[in-house]
Amino acid sequence: MPEKTIYMDNAASTRLDERVLEAMMPFFFDTYAVATSEFGYSMGIEAKEKLEEARARVSVALKSSSEELVFTSGDTESSNLALKGVASALGSKKGKHIIISKIEDFPVLNSAKSLEKNGFKLTYLGVDGDGLISLEELEHAITPETILVSIQHANQEIGTVQDIEAIGSVCRRKGTLFHTDATHTFTRMPIDVGKMPIDLVTVSGHTIHGPKGIGALFVRKGTPINKWMDGGYQESNLRAGLENIPGAVGFAKAIELVTPDENERLKGIRDALIDRFLKEVTRTTLNGHRTRRIPQNANVTFHSVEGESITLHMDMRGIEVSTGSACFSRSLEASHVLMGIGGNHERAHGSIRFTLGRFNDIGEVDRVVSAMSEVVTRLRAISPLDKREDEA
Amino acid sequence: MRFPYNEKVLEHFKNPKNVGKIEDPDGKAIVGSPACGDMVAVFIKVEPTEHRIVDAKFESYGCASNIATGSIITELAKGKTIDEAKTISWQQASEALGGLPKIKAHCSVLAVEGLREAITNYEEKHGLVKIKEPTTADVIKRRLKNVMNPLTGLDIVRGELVKDIKIEAGNVDIYVDLPENHIYAGNIRDEVKERVETIWDVKKVEIHFNDQ
Repeated sequence: MPEKTIYMDNAASTRLDERVLEAMMPFFFDTYAVATSEFGYSMGIEAKEKLEEARARVSVALKSSSEELVFTSGDTESSNLALKGVASALGSKKGKHIIISKIEDFPVLNSAKSLEKNGFKLTYLGVDGDGLISLEELEHAITPETILVSIQHANQEIGTVQDIEAIGSVCRRKGTLFHTDATHTFTRMPIDVGKMPIDLVTVSGHTIHGPKGIGALFVRKGTPINKWMDGGYQESNLRAGLENIPGAVGFAKAIELVTPDENERLKGIRDALIDRFLKEVTRTTLNGHRTRRIPQNANVTFHSVEGESITLHMDMRGIEVSTGSACFSRSLEASHVLMGIGGNHERAHGSIRFTLGRFNDIGEVDRVVSAMSEVVTRLRAISPLDKREDEA
Repeated sequence: MRFPYNEKVLEHFKNPKNVGKIEDPDGKAIVGSPACGDMVAVFIKVEPTEHRIVDAKFESYGCASNIATGSIITELAKGKTIDEAKTISWQQASEALGGLPKIKAHCSVLAVEGLREAITNYEEKHGLVKIKEPTTADVIKRRLKNVMNPLTGLDIVRGELVKDIKIEAGNVDIYVDLPENHIYAGNIRDEVKERVETIWDVKKVEIHFNDQ
């Protein structure tokens, strides 16, 4: 009997929780109408009520109010709306300068690059070896023309958590808006927009065992922002298109199912993976901050070997993980995050990311560590790079 | 299970043939890919009367297609004369593997280049090179195009690590813009030496790293 597959790529996407599907089902077969105005027909009015109920439940998780939450199709759309929406509202009024970090995920990074092509001026803040930006550098970078700062809450690859409260305070003091992409921290770490000076927050359902195709953007009341996709007047006229009610209901349910205990449990698996890799496999480097780190991410470079070879060998052993190696990516470019924290191609080449979710178990650590150890030894034996350290 | 490669590629990846070094090889080369950072080393043993390849081995710091190509190319080379082996193309290697994804061409073409360079290395060491142009800095730079710095994923010429090349009466001094204690200084020194030392009019090669 083949052993059960171990899936550790939960940052890319997660398995849906059955309870989420259960909550969504009535909205495919019973209450499938469009959310109508209060002057519509029964099914539409009920659909609207359920959509608003879901909105209230999602916004509670951010400590925001319902009116400040816009449903979208996921984190990509949310971040596009944040950057392009603010740029459109303020570009001709206040200025054309935007600040992001070098290690943002593609929705923010490529929205920024697209704005840059259209005449906006971008500052890409560097990060230290752990992936943290410098608050002083941020402060110096903000000018009177700066309309938006977008710094992620935690990094998608290396899991490092930025101090978004402090970043928000700097932005507030210097009079600029602040957006954070919280795709990888939402429900895993506290975000309280009631206390934290943050104007826009991107969140997504697919990373927390919710459905794919649903996300949201928190937009603080009074934030200047325009919609960028034309169509109807849904979502307070910020996001055109038929509301995804089953998605919104599923998203709300998924949020409810994440517990502090679960986050502690994931942290335990994460730490076991990190500690054992660093102790039991020679020539390994942890990528990302050791403690300022999301509970569900371990990322380690195994030197002198290439990541796609590792992931394929692991796949053959029933273990699914990912790598920042150029050979693994569609673009054949090494991870901009790993290059960003050290400017080092070799570190990206042998990096492996393990991201955890509800269906991972501490019992899997043994199998993952021993498979990694075996695969790395095997690949190092055929590597032409310096082996002196191994032999020593 | 739906793996990203066909059965034959997977077999050569899982159990690559001809892996390792040949002690005291007749020809050897290490080549690297600036596009993705993969590297491959090829070693050959050649029977001197007919110049027939009697053994070929490889090492890889690369992805699955790189490893599989190293395996198949050394299989294809064994038993062939160096003139026959030189003509083996990426297309032939790919066909022998039942087809490789096009996007992986640059990682897998490396093993093909490695074999060709190992043959050139053999020819030079054995005085088989017919056209003898005097060695200039440009000739040396061309040779160094496949010496990689694994840290940057670029070859040392494109990565602008070759600061200066001095040639005087067969003595070549190459100045590399890396500290002496750089983790790959040893690898880079060996590879540069191997590529330049065999040139017909070169007597001695010195590689100079930056002082601490």
